[in-house]
Amino acid sequence: MNALPSPAAAGNPAGAGRLALQALMVAGLALLAALPWLGADDYLIAVGINILQYGVLATAWALFSGPTRYVSLATVAFFGIGAYTAAVVGETLPWPAVLAVALGISVVLALVVGLATLRLSGVHFVIFTFGLAELVHQLVNWYEVNVTRTLGRYLFVDITQVQIYWQLLALLVGVLATGWAIRRSRLGLALQVIGDDEVVARHVGIDTTRAKLLLFAISAGFIGLAGAVMAPRWTYIDPAIAFNPVISFQVLIMALLGGANRLFGPLLGVLPVAILFELLSGSFPNHFMILLGLVFMAIVYFIPNGLFGLLQRRRHRAGKEGSK
Amino acid sequence: MLIVDVLLAGFTLGGMYALIAMGLTLQYGVARIMNLSYGEVLVMSAFGTWFAVTRLDWNPVAVLLASLPLGYLASWLIYRVLMMPLVRRSGAGPALEVDSILATFGLLFLLQGVLLLAFGGNYYSYSYLSQPVDILGSQVAANRLVVLGFAAAIGLGLYLLLTRSRLGTAVRAVAVAPRFAPLVGIDVWRLSAIAFGIGGALVAGGGTLLSMFLPFSATMGVVFAMKALVVVIMGGVGNLLGCLVAGLMLGFAETLVARFVDPGLTLAVNFALFLLVLLLRPAGLFGRVAR
Repeated sequence: MNALPSPAAAGNPAGAGRLALQALMVAGLALLAALPWLGADDYLIAVGINILQYGVLATAWALFSGPTRYVSLATVAFFGIGAYTAAVVGETLPWPAVLAVALGISVVLALVVGLATLRLSGVHFVIFTFGLAELVHQLVNWYEVNVTRTLGRYLFVDITQVQIYWQLLALLVGVLATGWAIRRSRLGLALQVIGDDEVVARHVGIDTTRAKLLLFAISAGFIGLAGAVMAPRWTYIDPAIAFNPVISFQVLIMALLGGANRLFGPLLGVLPVAILFELLSGSFPNHFMILLGLVFMAIVYFIPNGLFGLLQRRRHRAGKEGSK
Repeated sequence: MLIVDVLLAGFTLGGMYALIAMGLTLQYGVARIMNLSYGEVLVMSAFGTWFAVTRLDWNPVAVLLASLPLGYLASWLIYRVLMMPLVRRSGAGPALEVDSILATFGLLFLLQGVLLLAFGGNYYSYSYLSQPVDILGSQVAANRLVVLGFAAAIGLGLYLLLTRSRLGTAVRAVAVAPRFAPLVGIDVWRLSAIAFGIGGALVAGGGTLLSMFLPFSATMGVVFAMKALVVVIMGGVGNLLGCLVAGLMLGFAETLVARFVDPGLTLAVNFALFLLVLLLRPAGLFGRVAR
């Protein structure tokens, strides 16, 4: 949230504003990283982990789905694979190797799936990704029941809450840096064109399938990593926990609320929704689904362009009035 | 007889899928709304039937006759109240597709949350005509035959409505050329609402039929909506014959795999089939390429 351009910074001449913004970002990041030493208690760290987790997931989701406008519901497929990989190899391999394996499997799966499905567009893709998550869930379930005969695994590794918190923070910085770099590359430009009009993109010579595939894999890699990082937090993992489809929907809501077309948009959406759900699921556990549905519909009907779009329009309007 | 067993099971399951998917193809192909809360309507109808049969002592066939108009009315209202603002906002352009997906996602959670609150996560069922009937040496519950008969009758009725009536002709015109339909005096939005309503009637009827022979729970709507979508896309959007063929394909694939391989792999087979069709024929079995 620290990374949000404050109205003051946006009003300044570009150079000075950007410098102030960067200073603000670094300071905010340092503050977040130092939080465990500043006397934050376990509850605060747990909330922080929750927010950072969704921050990583939503930003990684928007990395692919924002510019291309392909609404993916496969988030939990990759997240679950990451978590499950950690559960399977977590106690035999050193932790960095576990993360590498999770990353590798997610990226390979994304490449295989992407090759077959990124030709689909619109609704076809939404349905396919939604089904993909269920399919992976069922296959893992089937494999565990019939081949390894252990449904549900325990993961005991020597990783504390604070370490998870730091790993997620590092991952968030990684996603944001990657997103920033992509936006400044030829790939980023190609994706913008694809999002605006895929036919035009093909006609100007963009290899649309390759561009989409590359980004899908990058996005899936980060999501898988997030799953692996989160795995030690649960201790016990079974397919129903790791592949809970609600995660996909929450990520989608958060990214859309913030605005999926902006690098920091999803983060802007994560904070209010994560805090809202944290409060609500505590006090109304049985009404969670209903509230999820209402929040979803409220966003579609009242904030179609996301909070970022709302802020921008307001600033735009204010700027116009100022110049009169 | 193994062959008769498989044939009957495949036809019942496939017929149900085809019936449910026909409603969805009307909603998506004509009204242009990708309704993801479709499965929840199915499950709500199943629970409504359960309530009427076990608490009010209704006959399930009477419930079926009531659920068709009720489903029409409910869906017509959903279109009028919830979908119209989105249709107006997007001018029925490409934004409508994403917007309707998201809005009906919200509706899906809302309805499922209400169902969970009211009925919990358990499976429900009631007993209706469960005595076995002997067909060519194969035992089958009578309720399955009743369901198969009604599904075929409703499907045939829809086909006749669409091909033999003035209303049906207008509906097909909107499906094929929504921008040119107004030129011949068709009120596209009114027709869209009607098509959306007919889709709702079919799925409500499907829910009642489903409850006659399968146990159901509050959370299974999503799976049915997904299978219906797979059938619709496989068959070619807006194509009733495609629905029938794809629905039966899915029904038979599931029956065969569950019988001879492993019941845990039915979804995997569905998906493999879906992917295969999409890769070979991206517009579906009976779809035209440039829609």
